[in-house]
Amino acid sequence: MVAEAVLKKIKQKKLSNLYSMETLLNDFSVGLFVMQAVILLIIILLMRKFAWKPILNALDEREGGIANALKSAENAKLEMQNLQADNQRLLKEARAEREEMLKEARDMKNKIIEDAKTEANDTANKLVAQAQASIESEKKAAIADLKSQVANLSVEIAEKVVRTELSNKDKQLQLVETMLGEKSLN
Amino acid sequence: MYNLIGAGLIVIGGGIGLGQIGGKAMEGIARQPEAAGKIQTAMIIIGALLEGLAFGALILGK
Amino acid sequence: MVAKKSIKFIKFLVLFLVSFNGFANGDKNPQGNTIDTPDEIKEYISHHLKDSHDFHLFTNNASGTHYSFPLPVIVWTSEGLKTFMSSAFHHDDAGHVIVEKGGVKLTKIHSKIYELESGATSVSFDEDHHATNAHKVLDLSITKSVFGMLLAGLLMFLGFVALARSYKKGPIPTGFGRVLEPLVIYVRDDIAKPNIGDKKYRKFMGFLLTVFFFIWILNLLGLTPLGFNVTGQIAVTVCLALFTAVIYLFSGSKDFWAHTLWMPGVPVILRPILAVIELVGFVLIKPFSLLVRLFANMTAGHFVVMSLIALMITLKQDFGPALSTGMSLVLALFISVIEILVAFLQAFIFTMLSSLFIGMAVEEHDHH
Repeated sequence: MVAEAVLKKIKQKKLSNLYSMETLLNDFSVGLFVMQAVILLIIILLMRKFAWKPILNALDEREGGIANALKSAENAKLEMQNLQADNQRLLKEARAEREEMLKEARDMKNKIIEDAKTEANDTANKLVAQAQASIESEKKAAIADLKSQVANLSVEIAEKVVRTELSNKDKQLQLVETMLGEKSLN
Repeated sequence: MYNLIGAGLIVIGGGIGLGQIGGKAMEGIARQPEAAGKIQTAMIIIGALLEGLAFGALILGK
Repeated sequence: MVAKKSIKFIKFLVLFLVSFNGFANGDKNPQGNTIDTPDEIKEYISHHLKDSHDFHLFTNNASGTHYSFPLPVIVWTSEGLKTFMSSAFHHDDAGHVIVEKGGVKLTKIHSKIYELESGATSVSFDEDHHATNAHKVLDLSITKSVFGMLLAGLLMFLGFVALARSYKKGPIPTGFGRVLEPLVIYVRDDIAKPNIGDKKYRKFMGFLLTVFFFIWILNLLGLTPLGFNVTGQIAVTVCLALFTAVIYLFSGSKDFWAHTLWMPGVPVILRPILAVIELVGFVLIKPFSLLVRLFANMTAGHFVVMSLIALMITLKQDFGPALSTGMSLVLALFISVIEILVAFLQAFIFTMLSSLFIGMAVEEHDHH
């Protein structure tokens, strides 16, 4: 229904006759063509000078700037990485050095202690030895003294005993006898 | 009358051509969605060339 | 956020345009009578598609007064350059009003200005409605189309010079420049660079950018109720295509001409034939396809939009006023949205193909 009505109207309008090559050529206005050419040329030249050149230059500049900024950021990153690596290395070195120093110190401490110990030992040993030696000599002297005293004492005792015993002849004989008897028994 | 038949033939031909271009472009995009931009540009250019041909025929034929 | 806003804005624009198209173009003819027969509608549409010498906004039907402002007429006649305002014709478009200016009798028939032969006092027509005693003159008037071009040029100039200025303040543009800058980058990166090549594109950017925005703005102006149909004028598209052709023919590299005129790798007998084909292709067919495409698309777009708006009248008897108005509104809205896409697409295609042809011409081959 709708389509039919539209079709009828289109038929009535005779759309096909609206445009033909002839009307097209008839419509071509030389004056409009000339005006268009002049206006377009002027617009192109004006726009080129006042708009497109500055705009494109600004865009190029900005894009160049962005590219540069990206590049320098990349460079900075690399440098940062290098720096970090350097830091790491330095830290490692410092740690190693500290280790070494600590080790040395520890070694030295041990050595000093060791030395001190040995020295102390030596001294103690020497002292002990000296003390022993002096004790020995003292002892020896004491023993010798004791011996001589014992000898003197025994002589004195013997003298006293002999004096009392020998005042009596029988007793002397008896003693001799006993002594002899003991001797033989032994 | 003959003008209208000619115009109809041109439109049929152009329609088939545009359908082919559009359909193949869709297939291409479906196969490679990442190339959609390039395919669309090429599609529009070829469509425009076809359109120029059809319009030229329509105007010359009248 | 910005995208959402701009979509809202576009929606608003579409509604605005569609509603005004109906108001501005659909109802009244310049004579002040109601247009209701199909022939009158056809006449009205074809009148709209043509260039005109005054800027007609609308007509008050009841009083018969025209709301329009005149534009200057500049014609080169047999007696030299004559200028006057188009109001001298009193909205006549059928050769009835004759303006006498410095010994030259001028009249306007179907938006064309004719000079009457000496001695003639009124125009006489043969049966095909061709004037027999008058001839066309070179018409350099500021017609509606020229006015549109100047307007588009002015808009472009203001917008992009503002963008260029904003770069002096900082690397990021502000305000409307933020909308324009991606478009410039789009033309550069997606149209010029891939087709012409990174090394040579810079030289042609001025032309490509200008043509892209010029066509786009004019296409969009054509969708406003102001009723411009600049890119639907065959003279305009011929001129645009001629510019492209001249640019690529004059910037053709040695390789390009060698390949065009003496194709290597082809039997010698075939070479002259190929040369003729290639030459015709580059000099005639490619520019012709460029100009016809733009012209036909824009004309067809205007024609369809106006016809759909006219449905309101033509279908009134069959469906009643409410249904016919609703139908025409919905269809016209739909087509207007598509026309917005087409407006961009045609500007894009024209620039794209121009840069493609330029790319073919400047390409240099390393081997052979």
